[in-house]
Amino acid sequence: MSDKMFMQALGMGIAEEMRIDPKVFLMGEDVRASVYGAANGLHDEFGDERILNTPLSENGFFGAAVGAAAVGMRPIVETLTSFMWVGMDQLVSQAAKMRYMFGGQATLPVVYRAVMYYGGGSAAHHSDRSYPVFMNIGGLKVVCPGTPADAKGLMKTAIRDNDPVIMFEDGTLLATRGEVPDDPDFTVPFGVANILREGTDVTVVAIAGAVPHAVAAAEEMAKEGVSVEVLDPRTLVPLDKNAILNSVGKTGRLVVADPAAKVCSAASEIMSIVGEEAFWDLQAPMQKVASLQVHIPFTPSLEKLVYPTKDKIVEAIKKTMG
Amino acid sequence: MTANISKDTLMLMLERMWRIRHFELKLTEMYNAGEVGGVHLYIGQEAVAVGACAAMRDSDYIAGNHRSHGHPIAKGANLKKAMAEIFGRIDGYCKGKGGSMHLADFSVGILGESGIVASSVPVATGAALAAKMQKMDFVSAVFFGDGASNQGACHESMNLASVWDLPVIFICENNQYAVTTSYKDTVAVEHISDRAQAYNMPGVLVDGQDAIAMYEAMTQAVERARAGEGPTLIEALTYRFEDHSLGLEKIRKSEYREDSEIDEWRLRDPLDLLTKSIVDSGTATQAECDAISAGAHAEVEEAAVFARNSPFPDESELYKDMFASEMPVV
Repeated sequence: MSDKMFMQALGMGIAEEMRIDPKVFLMGEDVRASVYGAANGLHDEFGDERILNTPLSENGFFGAAVGAAAVGMRPIVETLTSFMWVGMDQLVSQAAKMRYMFGGQATLPVVYRAVMYYGGGSAAHHSDRSYPVFMNIGGLKVVCPGTPADAKGLMKTAIRDNDPVIMFEDGTLLATRGEVPDDPDFTVPFGVANILREGTDVTVVAIAGAVPHAVAAAEEMAKEGVSVEVLDPRTLVPLDKNAILNSVGKTGRLVVADPAAKVCSAASEIMSIVGEEAFWDLQAPMQKVASLQVHIPFTPSLEKLVYPTKDKIVEAIKKTMG
Repeated sequence: MTANISKDTLMLMLERMWRIRHFELKLTEMYNAGEVGGVHLYIGQEAVAVGACAAMRDSDYIAGNHRSHGHPIAKGANLKKAMAEIFGRIDGYCKGKGGSMHLADFSVGILGESGIVASSVPVATGAALAAKMQKMDFVSAVFFGDGASNQGACHESMNLASVWDLPVIFICENNQYAVTTSYKDTVAVEHISDRAQAYNMPGVLVDGQDAIAMYEAMTQAVERARAGEGPTLIEALTYRFEDHSLGLEKIRKSEYREDSEIDEWRLRDPLDLLTKSIVDSGTATQAECDAISAGAHAEVEEAAVFARNSPFPDESELYKDMFASEMPVV
């Protein structure tokens, strides 16, 4: 174990897999300079041949990754969530659909790393939290690590996976620290939720950047004698539905904290599943603590109102307790 | 004219062109009988895909578009599986999940036809990237239309391929119209191949009705790509003899082209031109050429029987192939 930042853990995962498998390579805009941090040191170690700076052509290189994967390579593409819209046709029409449309002939082991900046005055064009869009499309695995250890373990699983994966790398977590296993065999499986804190009164399902806020809310509620279970699904496709249903079965109360905008968010889907399958376990209406349905304003006085916070989660927990 | 091309290659080209023609004449017949839906016909453009693919190896890759039967058949696709796919049957190339616009046979390098125009251009570029990174000598080629040439994906891919010297051949099949709109109204340069200059790659204008010309242009482009010298843009001037898709004329009768224009192009039917070259050069007799056509016709008839007899996929197929790994059904 070592104490690492989330962004270092992502980089460790990439470097370890690149050492094992010569077919893995990284491409994206300014990846050699590692402007987003996670690719630090990769160019020094792996050189020009495996770390490719691309033109600003998301349709071009998102699709080139699909083609390279289709004939046996294992590309990793670095981008920002907000730039994914520019290359959307390749993500949806090709990466997501090729395998099904061609009756299973295409195997596409490609990882799109989408750095998800928000909360820092980046305004509407650089603050997208778009994972629910990709949950809806199908054919793509959607990964949202919430801790440094998961960042490394899920990155390694993503690179080894034979399906297209989108890794949403939450910008508010990049500088957070935690214990990260050094073992190169350490991976975190897809579809297995992480119970960060056990509890008996309320379940808080927290996604990506909402995870630390949920843990802080649980700590605060513990002081008031309320026992909160914090569950991080870690991957949204596949989703560990059973872990969520089991937890709600135990607590009878659900809060979902999700940095995505609230309409058709990941929280919406999770609450829909609980409503359909565990309604009679519920002792109170479920609460959604998602971002407000508004474009991200530049000014801090307004932006700070938008996202899930510890206080909003605490308030929601109290609501479920009546 | 045919001096540098072996008889085997010429006869193979003729055979594949007849396969495409008979395949689509059969589809037209079946469409009229209500057996299949409105597909996009390649009739009139056969020389482009066949001339190009004849200059490629089995280990090379192609990708294509919604006008989707010609490219895979030119690359060596199995007619039975192709026809069964159009029928939506389990024995089709994609188990009936792709249909006419998405024929694919990865085993002979057909990375699939795309229903979104220009969407497969980046994909073919990526296959070429894999060749370069692995220092392997396969190449890839992508077929797209004059309409698709205006898509950003096309421009981005050509620039990327040139910057990285990728072994990819961009083949623009300029059949004059994007559905009903003439390229003369949408393309700012005289020839789409002129754009190659902006990407610092050779741009070649070819008579797309002439399979031999197409083969020769493609041979040069493939040699260049294999030698690590990068991509080429080939613009093949051709013409779609039929409407944008079968049945479109029933929905909307559009007078976007004159009958005289269609008649003029029909005088340059690619099958007639290739047959004439073969016969005039003494490479083969008219009777040998006729036998090739008859053989292709028989294969298509067998494919139609095969397709009709193949079962539809059952419900157990519905979720299969969404992912390579086992995934719970949501």
